[in-house]
Amino acid sequence: MKKSDVPQDKSSLETGKHKELCYAVDDKGEYTTAKSSGWQPKTIALDNAIQEINDRIAKAKARVLNKETSPIEYYMELHKMDIGILASYVGLFKWQVKRHFKLKRFNKLSEKTLEKYAHVFEISIDQLKDIDYGN
Amino acid sequence: MEINFTHHQTAHCENGVVSNLMKYNGFDVSEPMVFGIGSGLMFCYIPFLKVNYAPAISYRTMPGQIFKRFAKRTGIKIKKEKFKNPQQAEARLIENLEKNNPVGLQVGVYNLVYFPDEYRFHFNAHNLIVYGKQNDNYLISDPVMETVTSLTSKELEKVRFAKGAFAPKGHMYYPIDFPEKLNIESAIIKGIKNTCRDMLAPVPVIGVNGIKYTAKLIRKWPKKKGVKVANHYLGQIVRMQEEIGTGGGGFRYIYAAFLQESSKILNNSKLAELSKEMTVIGDLWRDFALDASRIYKSRSAKDDAYNHVASQLEAIADKEEIFFKELKKAI
Repeated sequence: MKKSDVPQDKSSLETGKHKELCYAVDDKGEYTTAKSSGWQPKTIALDNAIQEINDRIAKAKARVLNKETSPIEYYMELHKMDIGILASYVGLFKWQVKRHFKLKRFNKLSEKTLEKYAHVFEISIDQLKDIDYGN
Repeated sequence: MEINFTHHQTAHCENGVVSNLMKYNGFDVSEPMVFGIGSGLMFCYIPFLKVNYAPAISYRTMPGQIFKRFAKRTGIKIKKEKFKNPQQAEARLIENLEKNNPVGLQVGVYNLVYFPDEYRFHFNAHNLIVYGKQNDNYLISDPVMETVTSLTSKELEKVRFAKGAFAPKGHMYYPIDFPEKLNIESAIIKGIKNTCRDMLAPVPVIGVNGIKYTAKLIRKWPKKKGVKVANHYLGQIVRMQEEIGTGGGGFRYIYAAFLQESSKILNNSKLAELSKEMTVIGDLWRDFALDASRIYKSRSAKDDAYNHVASQLEAIADKEEIFFKELKKAI
């Protein structure tokens, strides 16, 4: 890539006034560095990933409101986690976390376990039980 | 306390931390040199690892390898520590800062508050340098940032003890012993040989073979997985390629810069020629990213569009196969 071709597209980097460093060749063919404000294919890829996550959050929310899953699943999606990551944060096995998605189980959880989840999501136990707080 | 440390922005975090720590210690080593000597360039399709519900592809070696190999090949010694206890981890950090020793840390990205929100995923192999503390704020030199930044002690603890794959466990590292002169020439040769071996490895999912394997999968995705999933997977490839780290094109340009610099140090004109060839290959990776991003943006996902980008990848693989065979011969 030539230095003059280093992309200066609009991207989410711009909101934070960040610029990335790129390696590119100058007119003499020597490698040098240049700053880039973003590149459209990257922005599309990132938007795609964010969209995917937002879809999952919305689906989880609907399932919680339909009483098909516990709020834990909703907060997990909200924090961009999957079951493996959440399990390691709360210090439980994946199958345990999966079980806590069941409303019946969730309603029987001890304060101690609820506190673990609430702590990871940085909310109170009351908020954990009621996803409306998440808005 | 604040160490008199100069921040240089780099394209990639691990190279950047090593290069910046070396410069602090009086050795002017560029980012491409670190990347080349540490044999950072790699391609690996990791079928059993899913990131954001799509298969993972790595365009670089395992986290930590670049520094490890760089140190071994140039003859410096590094000290590495991991901690179970966050208080202990912080105490050791302060101990080092008081001794005027900036340290490298492995951290999780999700809680790095100075990153734009969109960039904050659960990815635990980011690297940064801490070079001081003022009141409750740690002074941070994050190599991918333009300027220095800071994190409160609570924020720093969170990123040092992030959980999940590659959990950093407070991982801290810094060079402790240097030879009088770095063995740059022999280090370059070892670094290049290692990269050629990796890229030409007779393993289906690694190096040139890995690129071909991925191309084959791309052809199958629309039929096998449906348009939506296929698009998501393709998006993930581009995201891992261009955004997480500096991926396909970006890493190839760094490698080309390394070959150009090495050609002067080793007085080997063939390496300068190969540097140009690597730049061309880097451009091809970017063309692939551009075309792939168009597919999932339009959401149309015709089979022939998938076949087109798969063929692009195969062409890249063929070019790289020739390239690394030539590079192997050139040193």
